[in-house]
Amino acid sequence: MDTRILTTDGLQALVDALHARGFEVMGPVVRDGAIAFGRVRALTDLPAGWGDEQEPGRYRLHRRDDPLLFAFAAGVQSAKPLFFPAQEVLWRVRAGDGEASPTVELTPVAVTAGEAPVAVLGVRSCDLAAIGIQDTVLLRRTYGDAAYALRREGTFVVAVTCSHPADTCFCVSMGTGPRPGAGPGPAAPYDLAMTEVSDELGHRFVVEVGSDRGADLLAELVARGVDAAEARPADRVAADRVVAEATARMGRRLDTDGLKELLYAAAESPVWDEVASRCLACGNCTQVCPTCFCTDVRDVTDLTGGLVERERVWDSCFDAEYSYIHGGSVRASTRSRYRQWLTHKLAAWEDQFGMSGCVGCGRCITWCPAAIDLTAEVAALRDEGGRA
Amino acid sequence: MVRMTIEQYLPHHPFLAGLDEDALALLARCATLVHFAPGEYLFREGEPADAFYVLRTGRVALETRLGTGSQVLDTADADDPGDGVVGWSWLVPPYRWTFDARAVSETSAVSFDGVCLRARCEEDPVLGYALMRRVVGVMSTRLHSARVRLLDLYGGRP
Amino acid sequence: MVPRRFRVASTRRDNHDTLTVQLEPCEGGPLAFAAGQFTMLQVFGVGEVPISISGDPRGSGPLQHTIRDVGSVSHALAFAAPGQVLGVRGPYGTGWEVADGKGGDVVLVAGGIGLAPLRPALLEICAERDDYERVSLLYGARTPSDVLFADDLRSWAEDHRITVEVIVDRGEAGWTGRIGLVTQLIGKVAFGADQRLALVCGPEVMMRHSAVALVARGVEPQRVRLSMERNMKCGVGLCGHCQLRELFLCLDGPVLPFDRLEPLMSRAEL
Ligand SMILES: Cc1cc2nc3c(=O)[nH]c(=O)nc-3n(C[C@H](O)[C@H](O)[C@H](O)COP(=O)(O)OP(=O)(O)OC[C@H]3O[C@@H](n4cnc5c(N)ncnc54)[C@H](O)[C@@H]3O)c2cc1C
Ligand code: SF4
Ligand code: SF4
Ligand code: FES
Repeated sequence: MDTRILTTDGLQALVDALHARGFEVMGPVVRDGAIAFGRVRALTDLPAGWGDEQEPGRYRLHRRDDPLLFAFAAGVQSAKPLFFPAQEVLWRVRAGDGEASPTVELTPVAVTAGEAPVAVLGVRSCDLAAIGIQDTVLLRRTYGDAAYALRREGTFVVAVTCSHPADTCFCVSMGTGPRPGAGPGPAAPYDLAMTEVSDELGHRFVVEVGSDRGADLLAELVARGVDAAEARPADRVAADRVVAEATARMGRRLDTDGLKELLYAAAESPVWDEVASRCLACGNCTQVCPTCFCTDVRDVTDLTGGLVERERVWDSCFDAEYSYIHGGSVRASTRSRYRQWLTHKLAAWEDQFGMSGCVGCGRCITWCPAAIDLTAEVAALRDEGGRA
Repeated sequence: MVRMTIEQYLPHHPFLAGLDEDALALLARCATLVHFAPGEYLFREGEPADAFYVLRTGRVALETRLGTGSQVLDTADADDPGDGVVGWSWLVPPYRWTFDARAVSETSAVSFDGVCLRARCEEDPVLGYALMRRVVGVMSTRLHSARVRLLDLYGGRP
Repeated sequence: MVPRRFRVASTRRDNHDTLTVQLEPCEGGPLAFAAGQFTMLQVFGVGEVPISISGDPRGSGPLQHTIRDVGSVSHALAFAAPGQVLGVRGPYGTGWEVADGKGGDVVLVAGGIGLAPLRPALLEICAERDDYERVSLLYGARTPSDVLFADDLRSWAEDHRITVEVIVDRGEAGWTGRIGLVTQLIGKVAFGADQRLALVCGPEVMMRHSAVALVARGVEPQRVRLSMERNMKCGVGLCGHCQLRELFLCLDGPVLPFDRLEPLMSRAEL
């Protein structure tokens, strides 16, 4: 299937078709003063006419004077929680009577029971790359994550070109945007990718096909008489212009040249002490990062003690307990925890997974209460390295 | 003759290995052979430190007396390369032993007279330096051992 | 991530804070494992921790773990009553691969509870003792009454020609053995062969010093293997907790060669 043009009505038809195929459609919605993922039934659920402003430690929504549906940058969360929830039950155990009972019944929890497969609408390019990274981290391993595999398997992904990057964005540096598809590691996994265009030819979406399922869905729309014309050269030019303008407006940049070596060599740099003097070790950065995958487990017992649920929850390398072994934490200082986070993300990740762990979405910058900016920290380490 | 035996023996002990013949001959003049049965003391805390022991066979425990009995702090073993020696208080004023040293097993040693050794070292700084380097080596091993054991790595009751 | 159910068959007290627990599977066959591997052991409702297997990798007997009671989970494991059902995941991680030492000398250096993970390697050596040249076990313990596996130590020395040297941090009445640090013993190991393999398990400080001393004795750094300890929540490379820079110690380790670890162990809080 060729590149097609959808109008807003066409996009609504696409959402309807996804619902008809049994998908729960999740897309960006305005919630609590920010863009987050939520259920999308009608295009009116999308943040039409909303834009965002992001700076280190600051996030604001504002009204725009156009009807654009995707004219904002990365929201609070990426699509990560849709496949990798912040909290989930792995298995339950029911003891016959009391803790020493030999009749312990173990039940793995079927993760997808009652969950419809998800179609994600409007996954921005950085977050799309993050899905690719998570697929590598959680699936292409010695032991895969079964729950993630089940949730990911049936997912339909409609990506979107990032037309309005924020002051905190640097996907261009990381090779993950602004057009979906570019990205580290295996090909970014989308079914359809669209670029929202609004010019003298009208408000429309230039839709590219990334999979057979995507082609099939578009073909169904065409067969049903939905207006989905083949893209004209002017449409492609318009889409390219959106990409070029977004690229030019990228708020930040990160010099990735020799980054792994730089960070490995900088383990003892005073820059870590300086960051640590500002960092609160709150872990916000890890909570919003689309590639962070660390988890903790805990046993939740009901009052009678007969039912125990093993629950897996997101964890953060900034937490003191994270590295605790009998006798104390391996990383007791904030300095060592920030170093761990940044070095893992930008350096060790390459050794572990053959790619960077950062997609340049800028969330960790925006949501840091201390306005710590990893691009600035890397620059400081570079300066430091240059001086040494 | 005893003295000949010592001179022949000295270069074989790891602590003295590498010293030249003249030096060993000088040292041998300060040395005698000694034997201790298990439980016998080589020296006791507070006594004048007038000797230095190079162990040939056996094991010696360095102890301190607590109100509640003796506590062994270290052992020196004849077969520990570079460690089979006991005592350095002969080197530093006020030349008094700071611990008890007790033979744990049948022990034989070459005992050097401390005053004699000090005199040889004063006369011959090259010999003195060579000897001092060896003593410092042993001291540093023991200090390391004491420091690391202070960490109580294998853990007591938490 | 779902554990298998094992039932406590029996428990043996090894010293004042360490117990060995024998487990039988509630269903299915015994757990095959390699010397040096660990399992994620759990008491339902209390928690799950990594514990090395201390039994015989060739035997078909119960699954054995030697556990030091240091906190809530290890306590609940060590004192699980006979008949109680525990959860077992694994075995996970890299093993000692002690067979690499065949045809040469092998030195095993243990500190404290670190003897437990080395026990399967020693049993493996004993089973094919003639394939190895000189074998030495250097074992440091806190006090004489902390010494683990006394019967094994005697049998390894008397029946299997293994040079067993025990050294304690602090003596006790009646102790005529050595007092000092286990690293001191490395200087006196008698090597017979040019090919040498060293396996080290204990607190990280002790392993670092031991590895340096072993290298000084001519053991190649890539043939000095250490078993690393970190917080481990999943055991399979997914939870992130056990990372040491680029290594997932549960998956790439816990047993790793010193040449790989040295640059990472020399930085504090990495
Ligand atoms: C590969 C490996 C093999 C091990 N083998 C043995 C063994 O054979 N015998 C033995 O006695 N001990 C072994 N340990 C150490 C054992 O896992 C800890 O002593 C145990 O986790 C302590 O848990 P706790 O709840 O009793 O202690 P607490 O101090 O109360 O710990 C609280 C929590 O912190 C975490 N934690 C604490 N210490 C450790 C630790 N050392 N490693 C990982 N997580 C920790 C656990 O999640 C624990 O629930 C091994 C550790 C590792 C990594
Ligand atoms: S490290 Fe920061 S910029 Fe990079 S992917 Fe994570 S949240 Fe986004
Ligand atoms: S860098 Fe910022 S968001 Fe991350 S832990 Fe430190 S203060 Fe919190
Ligand atoms: S223990 Fe979870 S990654 Fe190693």
